[in-house]
Amino acid sequence: MEKRVTFKGWLLPLCLIAPQVFISAVFFFYPAGQAVWQSLFIPDPFGLSSQFVGLGNFEYLLGDPYYRASFLTTAVFSTLVTLASMIPALFLAVMADRLVKSAGTYRTLLIWPYAVAPAIAGVLWMFMFNTRVGVVSWYLGQLGYDWNHVLNGTEAMGLVVAASAWGRISYNFLFFFAALQAVPRSIIEAAAIDGARFWRRFFTIVLPLLSPTTFFLLVVNIVYAFFETFGVIHTITAGGPQQSTTILVYKVFSDGFVSQDLGSSAAQSVILLLVVGLLTVLQFKYIEKRVHY
Amino acid sequence: MATVSLDNIKKRFGPTEVIQGVSLDVADGEFIVIVGPSGCGKSTLLRMVAGLETITEGELRIGDRRANDLEPMDRDIAMVFQNYALYPHMSVAQNMGYGLKIAGLPKAEIATKVADAAKLLQLTELLDRKPRQLSGGQRQRVAMGRAIVRAPSVFLFDEPLSNLDAKLRVQMRLEIRELQAKLGITSLYVTHDQVEAMTMADRMIVMNAGRAEQIGTPLDVYERPATLFAAQFIGSPSMNVLEVEGRDGALWLGDMRLPNPTGHIGPVMLGLRPEHLTPDPEGAIVMQVLLAEPLGANTLLHGKLATGQGFTASLPGVHALSHGGETLRLSISPANMHLFDTATGARLG
Repeated sequence: MEKRVTFKGWLLPLCLIAPQVFISAVFFFYPAGQAVWQSLFIPDPFGLSSQFVGLGNFEYLLGDPYYRASFLTTAVFSTLVTLASMIPALFLAVMADRLVKSAGTYRTLLIWPYAVAPAIAGVLWMFMFNTRVGVVSWYLGQLGYDWNHVLNGTEAMGLVVAASAWGRISYNFLFFFAALQAVPRSIIEAAAIDGARFWRRFFTIVLPLLSPTTFFLLVVNIVYAFFETFGVIHTITAGGPQQSTTILVYKVFSDGFVSQDLGSSAAQSVILLLVVGLLTVLQFKYIEKRVHY
Repeated sequence: MATVSLDNIKKRFGPTEVIQGVSLDVADGEFIVIVGPSGCGKSTLLRMVAGLETITEGELRIGDRRANDLEPMDRDIAMVFQNYALYPHMSVAQNMGYGLKIAGLPKAEIATKVADAAKLLQLTELLDRKPRQLSGGQRQRVAMGRAIVRAPSVFLFDEPLSNLDAKLRVQMRLEIRELQAKLGITSLYVTHDQVEAMTMADRMIVMNAGRAEQIGTPLDVYERPATLFAAQFIGSPSMNVLEVEGRDGALWLGDMRLPNPTGHIGPVMLGLRPEHLTPDPEGAIVMQVLLAEPLGANTLLHGKLATGQGFTASLPGVHALSHGGETLRLSISPANMHLFDTATGARLG
């Protein structure tokens, strides 16, 4: 028997969902609707009137080499952030799982970076790698490497990836650690008796058992890299040099609020909306089926 | 195939000694059951043989090798776990072949060995299934299969039947015993179930609080329990234990006079198995029957003695009780009287 609460009237259930509906409407549906509406117009340079252009903004965007470059940048950036935040997290979790003593302290320390806000993390990394006063760039200079992420696009990308991934390692660590603790001891012991040494056991037994967690983190981290790294990029590189760190979300901001091209910015938002929708569908479709052994 | 020898094996966790020196020599092909209540250290002892726990003190030999410091994989053992510990993401065939794959055997050979073991355990139809698609009994078989495939010198079983229902447990008990006899592999089997211990063991170790109370054949333990604990743990329903006093060439329980087989003087613990009591109009034991449990083949009578102690008798056949509270006189042959030291619980005579 399914247990569910049933209501007699309409009033109480409506009141109960009203706050959530209100918040979604004000902060999601209304702006999303506005974005869709605005994506069909081009405002004049002074923002006094706007002209209906249909899908003109989209046509222009898809033909724009900078916009397509931004797609590629986003793909590279999110792949790197996801890998750089998940692999070290998994490694640290495996090591923490082996600890018997002082595991608690170790765990707590590893979680700390998660408490640092992205913009602050960005500033922190920016200062460390500042080309003139940065500690790390000074040491790199001593080693004969001339670090300059203001001019070098690859270095800029490396830096925003590191700054974005750093805080996420903590988050991923928590999930991996919990998942590792949930792997039944006796299965590991059975594998040990079967002759598998530590890393062999890890790759053939533990990793497959972690796959639901891994997949969940994969999705969550990609979404993070797409949408929540704005603060880091804005503080460290502001999308530069030469747009080499301009990911899609950053381009929405810089085209819309810096260049005041609201129509194009709105069209980009709509495209992003579709991308998120696609990601969500994929997530729900596969997370239920594939990963459960 | 191998002998296993434990020489004064001890295990300490910090200051607590959970295994207080167990010694045992297991002959090649012997089936040893380690039995005791939960927390007695029986699983710890088995895990030390497996190499999953370190041995604090003493020596473990498997075959002619000292095994104390060998890794589990180097001990040439296979273990069946209580929860089966099957790899959930692998098929039955992969589960069974995992050890062989690690050992680097060619694929064809693995397939043959797995097929042979599957045939032996009637698992052939199930080789492609995942563990979650199997019933408890089938999972149990797969766990057995995984152990057999590797042809180890020693089988270790950690309460393998305790997750199964009663009927399946009886069936698997027989199957495991038959299989072990057929393969002739030395086995150590941990259980808390004294019926499993009695029916399966060549020899059993009765453990209590980290010590081996008695090591012997099931009948040995049943007929001549070495300690009060072993006496009460083995046998169902469990033995009646009464504190009596030896004087004037007899044992006295209040004013009941019982024969004194050892001639012991002074207070002593007397153990009487319920099934050894016979109704006897002249019998010295006077029991007030409060409750009867007819089991068909025999009847358990629960009640108390004149001294107020609880007492159980098991009489063959059906004993209809017209109403509660009737008195029954019982006697017992001196050969079936077990005497134990009041302080140490050790057997006397």
